[in-house]
Amino acid sequence: MKYIDEFNDPALARRLLDEIHATVTRPWALMEVCGGQTHSIIRHGIDQLLPEQVELIHGPGCPVCVTPLDVIDKALEIAARPEVIFCSFGDMLRVPGTDRDLFRVKGEGGDVRVVYSPLDALELARKHPDRQVVFFAIGFETTAPANAMAVHQARRLGVDNFSLLVSHVRVPPAMEAIMTAPECRVQGFLAAGHVCSVMGTTEYPELAERHRVPVVVTGFEPLDILEGIRRAVHQLERGEYRVENAYPRAVRERGNPAALRMLEDVFEVTDRNWRGIGRIPASGWRLSEAYRAHDAEIRFDVTGIRTEEPAVCRAGEVLQGLIKPTECEAFGTACTPRTPLGATMVSSEGACAAYHLYRRMTDGPAPKGSRIPQEELNSVG
Amino acid sequence: MCLAVPGKVVSIDHRADPRTGLIDFGGVRKQACLEYLPDVRVGEYVIVHVGFALQRLDEESARASLELFEQLGLLDEEFGDAWEQAARQESGSEAR
Amino acid sequence: MADLAAEAAVDPANWTCPAPLRDQPVVVMGHGGGGALSAELIEQIFAPAYGNPTLAALTDSAVLGLGGARLAFSTDSYVVRPLFFPGGSVGDLAVNGTVNDLAMSGARPAYLSIAFVLEEGVALDVVGRVARAVGAAAEAAGVVIATGDTKVVESGHGDGVYVTTAGVGLVPDGVDIRPQRARPGDAVIVSGPIGLHGVAVMSVREGLEFGVEIVSDTAPLADLVAAMLAVTNDIHVLRDPTRGGLGASLNEIARASGTGVRLRERAIPVPDEVANACGFLGLDPLYVANEGRLVAFVPPPHAEAVLAAMRAHPRGEGAVIIGECVEDHPGMVVVATGLGGTRVVDLPLGEQLPRIC
Repeated sequence: MKYIDEFNDPALARRLLDEIHATVTRPWALMEVCGGQTHSIIRHGIDQLLPEQVELIHGPGCPVCVTPLDVIDKALEIAARPEVIFCSFGDMLRVPGTDRDLFRVKGEGGDVRVVYSPLDALELARKHPDRQVVFFAIGFETTAPANAMAVHQARRLGVDNFSLLVSHVRVPPAMEAIMTAPECRVQGFLAAGHVCSVMGTTEYPELAERHRVPVVVTGFEPLDILEGIRRAVHQLERGEYRVENAYPRAVRERGNPAALRMLEDVFEVTDRNWRGIGRIPASGWRLSEAYRAHDAEIRFDVTGIRTEEPAVCRAGEVLQGLIKPTECEAFGTACTPRTPLGATMVSSEGACAAYHLYRRMTDGPAPKGSRIPQEELNSVG
Repeated sequence: MCLAVPGKVVSIDHRADPRTGLIDFGGVRKQACLEYLPDVRVGEYVIVHVGFALQRLDEESARASLELFEQLGLLDEEFGDAWEQAARQESGSEAR
Repeated sequence: MADLAAEAAVDPANWTCPAPLRDQPVVVMGHGGGGALSAELIEQIFAPAYGNPTLAALTDSAVLGLGGARLAFSTDSYVVRPLFFPGGSVGDLAVNGTVNDLAMSGARPAYLSIAFVLEEGVALDVVGRVARAVGAAAEAAGVVIATGDTKVVESGHGDGVYVTTAGVGLVPDGVDIRPQRARPGDAVIVSGPIGLHGVAVMSVREGLEFGVEIVSDTAPLADLVAAMLAVTNDIHVLRDPTRGGLGASLNEIARASGTGVRLRERAIPVPDEVANACGFLGLDPLYVANEGRLVAFVPPPHAEAVLAAMRAHPRGEGAVIIGECVEDHPGMVVVATGLGGTRVVDLPLGEQLPRIC
């Protein structure tokens, strides 16, 4: 068992697909919450193999897409300081702030470094006691334990020149926000498997019950995605709404207790802005009181930076499948992949960017079963 | 959010702070922090994200999932499912 | 390059996750990545300053009429960190890279120039090792280093050793190989497993170890090209997919020729270690650099014979047909996935970065 090849098997994928085709009788709109799942769906062309009735709405689970503009601007401000070594995951270097990105800051002389792990950033801080090392702590519950460990170690070992610029977000409040939106079209969730590896599944039964929405914890390999879809469709066809774990090899109900204890110690829940969606109550983490001394926002006095997102952007509606990207006035004019206004055009897996790319390929509307909201099917369900 | 990959624990350095182990990702090896899996053992598979082992992979569950997928079409053929069959008839060829 | 420039100006929809700011007022690393940013640099700065029809041909080497002969001419600078990596060094790259650029026009490379920019303080032993690598690679490739130059910059103003080579070679009569000649129906052949150079270099930078040693594929390809041309002169396109990998090369060919490219994912030779290292770092093997591979567009009647000739050559033992040139989706590269879906392989923007998302 290698846990990868086995879950890429085309013959088994066919079985799952046949089963989904045989089960579905009506249109259903499912949201895969995690950007990693979106990546896998597009990478393998899974969306094109599904029945027309099954529509996938790409969720907000990509830190690149949802990290708000003012946090990016804070990062740029800090990274440009001469005493700072600014460390980030590779993902964030090209994310545009108001007028530049981290690559540009680097080009202009800022010491910006890509690290693989937050512990690499901590190591840099220990090697360069004369410099301020700042780590850009973005990501969801999956990434939070790693970042928490880095700052925990920094405090324990007295590495005072290490700080975090924190923009952690939590998935369940975002799912709640999506379900409470007035015109919500999401009928079932493929919950983010690796988030659940850390957090467990205990946050979901209440959500499923309250909104009468199936929540299927789903992995990332093609067979995992198909199994998540199969189970969600199965529930929907039967009028059920339960939490199911379709990723049992990596997800336990109680999550990872050691990681949860660390999160409890290092972070506290706070409201957060999501790029393209807006403010979601209790949807983020910030450093708890005990770790405030390692908060880069305070250390570099950038808490005052406030940036408004362009009002014209309707990414929030696109994210929820309420409008087609082309129905947005800015699509293809003010908003292009080159000059993105919102989350869904920022990421190459965002619906707007995907639509832009497919339109180029087909020189017309998106092909059947592509990753585009299929609003034509919206009349039922 | 979740580029996390399965790998096999090759060795554990108990003296490292935090505790680390060498993980084999299909022939590619890299150190990862094992602090969140205090009782993980050499030979077990774990899921690793940004240098941290976040959860151990359960072989029995993995096998059960694969067996379920193997059975899918067969179960239908052999036992059928009255509810699903009814639904299929109702929808005609639409559902392919 | 005019073709690529026009394409990019009309439709700038090339980006990786996340979409970047592309109107940079300063040089960023991505400008050297061989992707869309590199193309824009040429389009916006270089072409207006000194563009001409020869430069606009968008070939790895220019083919020039000179004294009745057809001369292939190419230049390239080599900046790699670390200078020495599993399977080679900057010295090997400097020779093989230029030799291969010439070979991609069908030329037999003959003479190279070499220029060193050395950083003050670099051990002479290091310079000696690079120089010996250059000598050995030149001998293996059958080219003569005909002229050279050396400059020294102050400590902290260079990365140890930068090497620039230029080269010339003769293009045989009847050979016309350039990206514009790709035609629907052409078989797309790659000469062997991809991604080895990029992963070998990255493994050193990212602290990855391998169960099996992964070494760069750096190698001269002129001999292999000669073997292919011995089958037929009618090879449409040759390209060595270096920076930006196979994905960038195929996009450039598709754009230059106004055709589409359709690949079969399962046919693309990606070694397990490369696939796993890429999976681990969140990279796509299609965008990882190669230094000893070529991709060929060959018209159907000759495809099998050319493939056989490649497989009979030590540099092309792993050659396979990975797809074909099509009329559909002109300017785009599309992959049929193992599960039966499709995805678009876009031109990468700049260099790939390890990602978590």
